[in-house]
Amino acid sequence: MISALRLENLTIERGARVLFANLSARVAAGEALAVTGANGTGKTSLLRAVAGLLSPAGGQIAFEGAPDPTEARRAGCHLLGHQDGLKGSCTAREELMFQVRWSGADAPAALAAAARLGLTRQLDLEVRRLSAGQKRRLALARLIAAPRALWLLDEPLAPLDAAGRALMGEIMAEHLARGGLIMAAIHDPLPVAARTLEIAA
Amino acid sequence: MSALGVLFRREVSLAWGRGGGPLLAVGFLAAAVTLFPLALGPAPGPLAATAVGVAWVTLALATLLTLERLFERDFEDGALDLLVLGPLPLEATCAVKCAASWLVNGAPLALAAPIAAIALGAPPSSAPLIVAAAALGGLAFAFVGGTGAALALASRRGGVLMAVIVLPLLIPPVIFGGAAISAFTGGLEWRTGLALLAAYALAAVALTPFAMAAACRNALG
Repeated sequence: MISALRLENLTIERGARVLFANLSARVAAGEALAVTGANGTGKTSLLRAVAGLLSPAGGQIAFEGAPDPTEARRAGCHLLGHQDGLKGSCTAREELMFQVRWSGADAPAALAAAARLGLTRQLDLEVRRLSAGQKRRLALARLIAAPRALWLLDEPLAPLDAAGRALMGEIMAEHLARGGLIMAAIHDPLPVAARTLEIAA
Repeated sequence: MSALGVLFRREVSLAWGRGGGPLLAVGFLAAAVTLFPLALGPAPGPLAATAVGVAWVTLALATLLTLERLFERDFEDGALDLLVLGPLPLEATCAVKCAASWLVNGAPLALAAPIAAIALGAPPSSAPLIVAAAALGGLAFAFVGGTGAALALASRRGGVLMAVIVLPLLIPPVIFGGAAISAFTGGLEWRTGLALLAAYALAAVALTPFAMAAACRNALG
């Protein structure tokens, strides 16, 4: 179980360009960190580096309470990118079941998550027929169905409507109350109390 | 259900739906086998002499056709992130994708290959060997082609890159398989060719997942 995420003097480069240098932050259990900054400053790259998808040019990413970072990422971390990872030609049910089972949970948990997200009636539609907000809700289902400590969210609220944002606030508050950690790249304020980490260009 | 089973079922169902699934590959084989006699003329002599070779080359190209977008769709829609961060090592995930593609495209092609070869004039007695060789060759094609598809990720003109990388690697299985079947129809020792083909296929299955995983990580990072 991850008890805190610690970034120490993190530097991330894309090609020859330095996105940011010497960034340090700590997120403890029950805390949310809102990563803000102008477009292109490296919010997405920061989340992908924490998830292990890209290696930082310098500095350290440490998961307190989980000695092995690979295992911490595999079993303790959900990354929700700004793409939802859904196939347009599959039905919402197929995609839901795959994402949830691949994350280690079972079918009843998947259906319960879909019900919570208000997707029960859309499950037999093809994904390409869903709206952007409905796709985002579908991608969020695995976060609810397969509990993991650290949520890395890239613009999680962008396509959601007002009711969806309120629901997301509830879900995030529950996650934090259970001792979860949230790190979210956002432009709008998060619907839960959060510290802000501003990445300057 | 285990993560391996979950992934395999998904990959099989995606491969089945991807661009017409096995119909595309088998249709390509049928079209090529129909066109060759029209180009070569109706005399049975030259056709029978080239039957096995034509069937093999068509098989290799048909496999390439189905593999081009093996990783690309997952890369474009963000599902590759989910696969990389999933419960299986990325090497195993890549191997499962190739195996599923082989089951959906390679196995029907292996069943259609003897029909194509016999239609061109190969002796019917060679059918079991052609099925075996095409199944083994298809396995090698699937894993080698998957490597090309992974390397072509995130590059412009990936299709060209893939052809340049993959075509040379398809030469050994084509030579071994073609030689085994030619030897059989000529009444010569054919087991050597088949054994070499099997060795090549197993080496591809064992080694290429590491290359595919490295290429995927590189494309995402």
